[in-house]
Amino acid sequence: MKLVIAIIKPFKLDEVREALSALGVQGMTVTEVKGFGRQKGQTEIYRGAEYSTNMVPKIKVEVVCASDLAPRVVEAVQQSANTGAIGDGKIFVLDVAQTVRIRTGETDDMAL
Amino acid sequence: MKISTKLLGMAGALGASTLAALPAWAQDAAAAAPAAVVDKGDVAWMMTSTVLVLAMIVPGLALFYGGLARSKNMLSVMTQVGAVACLAMLIWVIYGYSLAFGPDVSSGFLSNFIASFDKAFLAGVSPSSTAATFSAGFELPEYVFICFQMTFAAITVALVLGSVVERMKFSAVMVFGAIWLTIVYFPIAHMVWASSGLFFKAGALDFAGGTVVHINAGVSALVAALILGKRIGYPTTPMPPHSLTLTGVGTGLLWVGWFGFNAGSALEANGSAALAMINTFVATASAALFWMLAEKASGHKGSALGFCSGIVAGLVAVTPAAGNSGPFGAICLGAVASIICFFAVSKLKPMLGYDDALDAFGVHGIGGMIGAIGTGIVYAPSLGGPGAADYDMGAKLIVQIEAVLTTIVWASIGTVIAIFIAKLVTGLRVSPEVEQEGLDLGEHGERAYNS
Repeated sequence: MKLVIAIIKPFKLDEVREALSALGVQGMTVTEVKGFGRQKGQTEIYRGAEYSTNMVPKIKVEVVCASDLAPRVVEAVQQSANTGAIGDGKIFVLDVAQTVRIRTGETDDMAL
Repeated sequence: MKISTKLLGMAGALGASTLAALPAWAQDAAAAAPAAVVDKGDVAWMMTSTVLVLAMIVPGLALFYGGLARSKNMLSVMTQVGAVACLAMLIWVIYGYSLAFGPDVSSGFLSNFIASFDKAFLAGVSPSSTAATFSAGFELPEYVFICFQMTFAAITVALVLGSVVERMKFSAVMVFGAIWLTIVYFPIAHMVWASSGLFFKAGALDFAGGTVVHINAGVSALVAALILGKRIGYPTTPMPPHSLTLTGVGTGLLWVGWFGFNAGSALEANGSAALAMINTFVATASAALFWMLAEKASGHKGSALGFCSGIVAGLVAVTPAAGNSGPFGAICLGAVASIICFFAVSKLKPMLGYDDALDAFGVHGIGGMIGAIGTGIVYAPSLGGPGAADYDMGAKLIVQIEAVLTTIVWASIGTVIAIFIAKLVTGLRVSPEVEQEGLDLGEHGERAYNS
C-alpha cells in the first residue's frame, strides 16, 4: 500500500477529487494547510503598515491506495492539479505498513 | 439675572447676523424672554440628533475601533469605549454641564476658561427651563441641550482611547477618563461654545466641535500613547486589523450618526442644519475617494480600510466647517484632509515611531487641525461660504490657529496630568502576560469569538 500526499492549489481540489474518483479511489482526507515553496507570499497593507505573509494557503490531500494503483493516482493528481504556474504544489508517495478498518477489523487492501 | 441679560443680548446679536456665522452655543436657562418660543420641530430634531450621536459611540465607534484591533482585544476595546462613555454621561450631569455651560464664575479672567459649579447636579433645571438657540425668540428645553452636549463629551473621551487600546488597564481607562473630562474637555468646551469662553469671544469658528472634540481627542491620544509606550512587539510583529467587516459597519454607523453631530449642531431644524447636512455628505464622499486615490498614487491598491479611514477623516475635517462652508468648499476640505491624514498615518507615524494603535491622532488630531484651519478659508463668501461680504480671512485664520494651538497645549498638559494620576492609582498598563494573552481574557474574563 502507498500513501500519496498531494499539496495542491485550493481551487483545484474539486478537479483532483473527480480525477481520483474516476480511478476508483474510495476516500481521501483533505486538510487546509499553509506553507511555502518557490511561490512568493502576498503583501498586506493596512494604513501603510506592510505585512508580507510568506506562507501561502494550500490544500493537502492524503490518499492511501494499493501499491499497483499508486502510479495512476500520482498521474491523475499531477494532471488534474496542474496549472503550469509556480505554486501548483507537490506529490509525495510513502509506503504504508498496515491499514485497519475500525468498524469491521478488516486489514490492508480489504480495508481500503 | 445679570447673566441672562447678557446672554439675551448675545442671542439677539446672533439672530441679527448670519445664522450660521457664529457656531457657538450661547444658552440661557434662567429666564426666557417673553416672546421666546420652544418650537416642537426643533425639539424633535434635536432629540433625534442626540440619539444619532449616541449611535456614533455604541455601536459606531466601538465597532470601528474594535474591528481594527486584534481579535484577542475586541471585547476590551468595545467595553472601554462604552464604559468610558457611560462614565462621561454621569459626570456630565453631576458637574460637567455646569463647568462647561453653567453660570459664569465671579472672576472675569477665570470665566474665559471655565464656568461655575452652580448647576452641579443640574440644580435649577426643570422641564420648563430652556437654552438659547442661534435664532432670537427660539429656545430649546434645557434637558435636550444637556443631553445633546452630553453625547459630545461621551464620544470625545471615547475617541482618545483609540491610541491606547490593547495595553491600557480598564481601571486606568476609567480613572483617566474622569480626570481628563474634568481638566481638559469641560474647559475647552466652555472656551469654544459658552458665550463667556475665550475662543467664543475671539470669534473662532467651530460649528460642531472640530477643536473641542477632534483636535482635543487626537492630541490627547498622542500624548497618552507616548507616555503609555508601545504595544509589545510593535512595530515588528504584524498587528493587522482582525475584522475590517466590523470596521466597515462601524464606519457606516459613524457617518449616519454624524448627521446628528453636525446638522444637530445648528440647534434648530433650519437652513443652517441643511447646509451642515449637505456638507456632511459631500466632504465625506470626497475624502473617502481621495484616500483611495492617495493609496493608488503611492503605488498601493485602493483599500477597504483606506475607504473607511477616508470617510472618518472627511467627517472629522468637515465638523468645524459643517455650517461654515459651501458644499464645494467642503469637497475641497475633505479631499485635502484625507490626503494629509493618509500621509500622517502611513508615513509620519512609522517615521516618528509612536504607537498610536488605531490612529486616533493621525485621523482625528491631524484631520481636526486641517478642518479647523480650513474652516477659516472655506467660510469666505468668495469661495461659496456663508461668511459676510466683508469677511477678513487673514484675521479669522489667525483666530483659528490661536484656538488650535491653545487647544494643543491645554490638551497635552491636561493629558499628562490625567495619565500620571491614572498610573498612580491603577498602574496604567496591563502585565506583559495579559497583553500577550489579550485583554479580553485578562481584563474581562471573556473571549469575543468562541468557535
